[in-house]
Amino acid sequence: MVRLLAITPCAGLLPLDVGNVSLREVVVDRMVSVAPFVGQEKAVSAALKDQIGVGLAPKNRAMAKGGAGVQWFGHGIWLVRGQVALEGLAAVTDQSDAWAVIRIQGAAVEDVLARLVPIDLRAEGFKKGHTARTMLGHMSVAITRVGGQAFEIMAMRSMAGTLVHELEVAMRGVAARSNF
Amino acid sequence: MRLRTPEHMVTFTFDGKPVQGIPGEPVAAALLAHGQKLVARSFKYHRPRGIMSAGSEEQNALVTVGRGAQTEPNVRATILEVSEGLEVFSQNAWPSLKYDMMAVNDLIAPFLGAGFYYKTFMWPKAFWEKLYEPVIRRAAGLGGLSGQTNPDQYEKAFGFCDILIVGAGPAGLMAARTAGRAGADVVLADEDTAMGGRLLREVEEVDGTAGTEWVATVLDELAAMDNVRLMTRTTVTGAYDQGTYAALERVVGKDGPLECFWRIVAKRTILCAGALERPIAFPNNERPGIMMASAVRSYVNRWGVAPGKAVTIFGNNDDAHRTAHDLVAAGVKVAALIDSRDDVEATGDFPIYTGARVVATKGRHALEAITVSHDGGTRDIRTDCLAMSGGWNPTVHLTCHMNGRPAWREDIASFVPTPDSIPGMVAAGACNGTFSTAACLNEGAQVAAEVAGGLGLEPRVTVPAAEDRTYRIMPLWAVPGKGRKWIDFQNDVHVKDIKLAAQENFRSVEHMKRYTTQGMAPDQGKSSNVVALAVLADATGRGIPETGTTTFRPPYVPVPIAAMGAGSQGKGFAPERLTTSHKVTVAQAAPMIEAGLWYRPSYFPKPGETHWRQSCDREVGFVRNAVGVCDVSTLGKIDIQGPDAAALLDFVYANTFSTLKRGKVRYGLMLREDGHVMDDGTTARLGDQHFVMTTTTAAAGLVMRHLEFVLQVLRPDLDARVMSVTEQWAQFAVAGPKARALLNTVLDREITNDDWPFMACGPVGVAGVAGRLFRISFSGEHAYEVAVPARFGESLFRLLVTQAEMLGGGAYGMEALNVLRIEKGFITHAEIHGRTTALDIGMDRMVSLKKDCVGQAASRRPGLLDEDREQLVGLKPVGAVKQLTAGAHLFEQRAEAVRANGQGYVTSVCYSPTLQTNLGLAFLKGGRARHGEVVQMVDHLRGITAQVTVCDPVFFDPDGGRARG
Repeated sequence: MVRLLAITPCAGLLPLDVGNVSLREVVVDRMVSVAPFVGQEKAVSAALKDQIGVGLAPKNRAMAKGGAGVQWFGHGIWLVRGQVALEGLAAVTDQSDAWAVIRIQGAAVEDVLARLVPIDLRAEGFKKGHTARTMLGHMSVAITRVGGQAFEIMAMRSMAGTLVHELEVAMRGVAARSNF
Repeated sequence: MRLRTPEHMVTFTFDGKPVQGIPGEPVAAALLAHGQKLVARSFKYHRPRGIMSAGSEEQNALVTVGRGAQTEPNVRATILEVSEGLEVFSQNAWPSLKYDMMAVNDLIAPFLGAGFYYKTFMWPKAFWEKLYEPVIRRAAGLGGLSGQTNPDQYEKAFGFCDILIVGAGPAGLMAARTAGRAGADVVLADEDTAMGGRLLREVEEVDGTAGTEWVATVLDELAAMDNVRLMTRTTVTGAYDQGTYAALERVVGKDGPLECFWRIVAKRTILCAGALERPIAFPNNERPGIMMASAVRSYVNRWGVAPGKAVTIFGNNDDAHRTAHDLVAAGVKVAALIDSRDDVEATGDFPIYTGARVVATKGRHALEAITVSHDGGTRDIRTDCLAMSGGWNPTVHLTCHMNGRPAWREDIASFVPTPDSIPGMVAAGACNGTFSTAACLNEGAQVAAEVAGGLGLEPRVTVPAAEDRTYRIMPLWAVPGKGRKWIDFQNDVHVKDIKLAAQENFRSVEHMKRYTTQGMAPDQGKSSNVVALAVLADATGRGIPETGTTTFRPPYVPVPIAAMGAGSQGKGFAPERLTTSHKVTVAQAAPMIEAGLWYRPSYFPKPGETHWRQSCDREVGFVRNAVGVCDVSTLGKIDIQGPDAAALLDFVYANTFSTLKRGKVRYGLMLREDGHVMDDGTTARLGDQHFVMTTTTAAAGLVMRHLEFVLQVLRPDLDARVMSVTEQWAQFAVAGPKARALLNTVLDREITNDDWPFMACGPVGVAGVAGRLFRISFSGEHAYEVAVPARFGESLFRLLVTQAEMLGGGAYGMEALNVLRIEKGFITHAEIHGRTTALDIGMDRMVSLKKDCVGQAASRRPGLLDEDREQLVGLKPVGAVKQLTAGAHLFEQRAEAVRANGQGYVTSVCYSPTLQTNLGLAFLKGGRARHGEVVQMVDHLRGITAQVTVCDPVFFDPDGGRARG
C-alpha cells in the first residue's frame, strides 16, 4: 500500500540562526478555525473551556493551556489548536495545513521584527499572550508574543519561502550592526 | 595640518591619490589635514570650492563615493567617514578638478545670471527640450548615477517611543536624561557619529568638568537605561501626521545595509536640532579656505586638524571671537580678527579690527589673501583660511513640515519656531533661539520635564552649571564691493541674482526662490535662507518678517530612493506563493509563470522538445487520449458553513444553490453589484449546512472580500460563516479517459461511474489520508479533482504523475490547460474581464429570476440586454493566414479596419492539436446570430490580417458526452 508523506510548510527552510536570533518552525498537528454562529459566542466559549480547558480569547489575545490554545484571529474568528466538537454552535474549519508557523526568538528579536512589521510590538504594550493580525513586509500575518524575547508568526503556507527570506534579511541587517 | 599625532591612520583615495585619515573622522577633516583645499566645482559656474562646514549642511564639498554600480554621488565630505580603501572622487569637473573645462561658464558669468536660460533659450520652442535643456543640464550639475542596478542593501524599519528627541547636543542630552530618569521610553536620534553636539566642538566646562567629559558621563548613564535608545548617525528628515517622523540612519557594519529608513511614531517629540551658522555675503566669499567659524572650531577642537596656517576671522557676533582664542590655544597663528561691529570689546594676542569688513579676497584654487576695510582705510592680509560668522540660524526645519511658519526674533536676528506648529512637538535649546550652554541645558531639562509630566510621569529636574554667555549680534548680511557675493553656494546664487529677481518683480519670497533657485534641492535653505531673505527685504524695501521665509520641505537631508524603497527590488515587490508541487515541478525544468502571486508551470518539457508548442500539444494529448495531472491548488477555496449557508450562496450567485443536493457540485456565476460578471467557479455541497466554493485563481481574494462584505454589510441577517481553505488543501485535476483508472490506483476504495457520476463529490481515502474528491471538468474530459491536506500535496502529486505516466499520460501545465478549455469554449478572466455580462457570455438563463441576488436588478438594465451587444463566439481561420491573435479586432469583411467600424475583439486563442487548427474565442456584435459568417480579424499591433469564420464557442464535443462517460 502506498503511503503519502507529510511535509511541513518550512521543510528545507529552517532552522536558521543569525546573530542572537533564532528561527524555528512550529509544527502544528491539529488546528481549526472556529467562527461561532449568531449568538453562540458564550456557548462556544463554554464548550471550548470544557473540551480543551481554554475558552474564546478576547480580541488581540491568545491563550494556551497544556497543548491546546485559542487565538483570536480576526472579526468573529478564532484559531484553536486541539480536538474540538462544536456541532451547531460554530463553523469549524480545518486549518492544520494552511499556515506556516514559525517561532522567532532572541535578544534582538524586536529589532528584527521592527524591520518588517509596522505595529508597535514593544513589551510594555504587546505582552506575552497578545496577538495581532498585521503585515510582515507585504504579507498578511498573525503575530503573537509567546515570551519575553519570543514571537510566533503565522503566514500563509504558500508564502513560507518569502516569510523565511524576509526574516533572514532582517536578521542579517540587525546582526551586521553588532558585528563591526 | 594635524595638531595631534593620531594613534592609527588608514589610507583612502581622493581622485585616485592616497590620503591618510583617522578611521571614522570625516573625509573633510582628513582632506584639510592633507592640505587639500580644492575639493569641488560649483553647480553652475564651476567655481573652485573647498570645505565650508563641518556637518550635513555642507554646500560645497559634495563628492562621489565608490565605483561602478555601487557609485554614490553627492555625498557630503563633511559627514562621510574615513575608512581603509574608501574611494572618493570629486564631481562636476572635467578633465580634472584643477583644470575644469566647464569653468569657462565662470568667464561668461555676467550672461548667466538668474533667469538667463528662460529668457535666452525660449525660441524656437521645440529647441528647448531637444537641444537647450540637455546641453544646459550637462554643464550644470552634480554627481551622476551609475545607470546600473544598485547592488547595495538598504533597509526600512518602524520605531515607536513615548518621546522622540531630535538632536543630542546639550539640550537633547538633558532632555533625554530627564525623560529617561522619569521612566519614559525615549529615542534619542542624532545625525553625528557621536552624541554631544557643540559640546564636542567647543572648549568649555559643564558641571565643573570639560564639556566632552560631561557628555561621556551622560551617555554612559543613558546607555545603561533600558528605556532609552540611542541612535547615532540618524537624521530625522521629516515630520508627518500623528506623531510620525521619518529618519535616515547611516549604518556602520560589515555586510549590512548602507542605510536604514525609519518611520518613528512618537507620543511626543522634543526638537533639539541646534542651530546652523550662516555666512556673510562679502565679495568672493567662497574661495577654498573660506569656512564657517564654527566649522574651524570643530576641526581644531574635535578632530585636531588646523584648516590653515594663518587664519583670519570675520564675524558680526561674540561667538566668532571664540574661534580666535581656540586657534591660539591650539598653537595656530591668527592673522586677524575682524568684527563688523564698532562697539565691541575684544582682546587677544593678534591684530583686531572692529567696525571692519572683508571687501575682497584673492586666490584661484585656494585663498591667499583678503582685503579688510576699516575706519583707518583698507589693509591686505595674507591668510589661507578665513573663518566667517554671520550669526546663527536656529534649525527650525522640522517645525515647518506641516505648513508652520517660523517667527522672527529681532534680538538674535533669526527665525525661531512658532509653538505648536507640529502637534506634539516642542523645541528646546539653540533650535528655539536659546543659545548659551547653560540655557540650553536648562531648557532641555525643563521641556522634557513638562513633556514627561504630560505623559503621567513624575520627572525631576537637576541642571548642571555651565557657561552662560550672552549672544550679542549686530546683523550684517551683505558687504558691498567688487565681485560676486555668494549666498547660496550650492546653487550658485549671489546677491545680484536676488536683486535682479526683485527688480523683475519676483518680489514674493517664493517667486524669488524659483527665479533664482536659491535654497532649492538638497540644501533646503539651511545656510542661505536668512541671508537671501534679508537681501530681498532690503531690495524690496520691506522688513524681514514681512518678507517671510520660503517653505521648508522634507526631507531635511537627501534620502536615497533606494532607502525609502528598501526591500522592494526584484522579488521584493511581492511575496511568492508556491504550491506544494513546486519543487517537483521545477525539478522537471518546467518554466514557471506568475498567476497573481502564485507560480504555476507553463508546460513540462521532455527531452527532444525544442518548442513549447511541442510540449503543449503532447500534454493536450495526455488529457484527450489518456490521463493528465495538473495542480489546481491555486484556485480559491472557501469553506461556507451555517444555517443560512445556502441562502448566502443564493444571494451571491446568479443561479440557485439551495436546491443543490448533498454530495453534488454545481457551476456558479457571480455578478457584481452593477450586473456584470465578477467570477465563476464551482461549489460543492458537503453537508446540509456546509459548502465549499471554488473561485478562479485571480479572483480568490476578491471573492473572499465580497463574501465578507455581503455578510457584514448587505445581509447581516444571514447566519453563515466563511473561511478560506485555499492553503489547507492541495488539489489536483486528474483528467482524461483513463482518469478513473488512475484514481483507483491511489484511492482506498475504488470508485465507479455509478457511485461517482459527473458533478458528484464527497470524502475519500487517498492512500490512507482523508481527502475529498470532486468529479468536475475544465477540459471537457472525464475528469476529477482530488484534494488532500497540503502537507501531503507533494507526495500525492508525485504519486499521481508516476501513475499517469504508467497509463500513457503525465503532468500538464497552463498552456495545455488553456488549449483544453478553449477547445471546450470554457471562459476565464480573459472573457469575464469586468465589462461582460451573463448575456454576453451566453449564460443569461443562469441569472435566476426566482430569487434576488447581487447584481440581478442591474443586469436587467435595457442597455445590458441589447441583442446587438458583443457576444461570445468561436473563431476559426478560413483564409490563407491561419494565425489568430488575442487582442486583435474584428471587422466586416470589406470594411476599413478603423475603430468606428469595430465589430468586436479576440480574447483567447490557441492551436488545437485535437482539431488541428487555430481556434479563437471572441466577442462580436450580435455574434450568436452570426455563426457561419466570415469576418476580418485585424491585429494592428502585430500587423496581422486573417479571414475567420464565426462559430459556436464550443468547438469540441458539444454535447458533453466525454465528461459524463
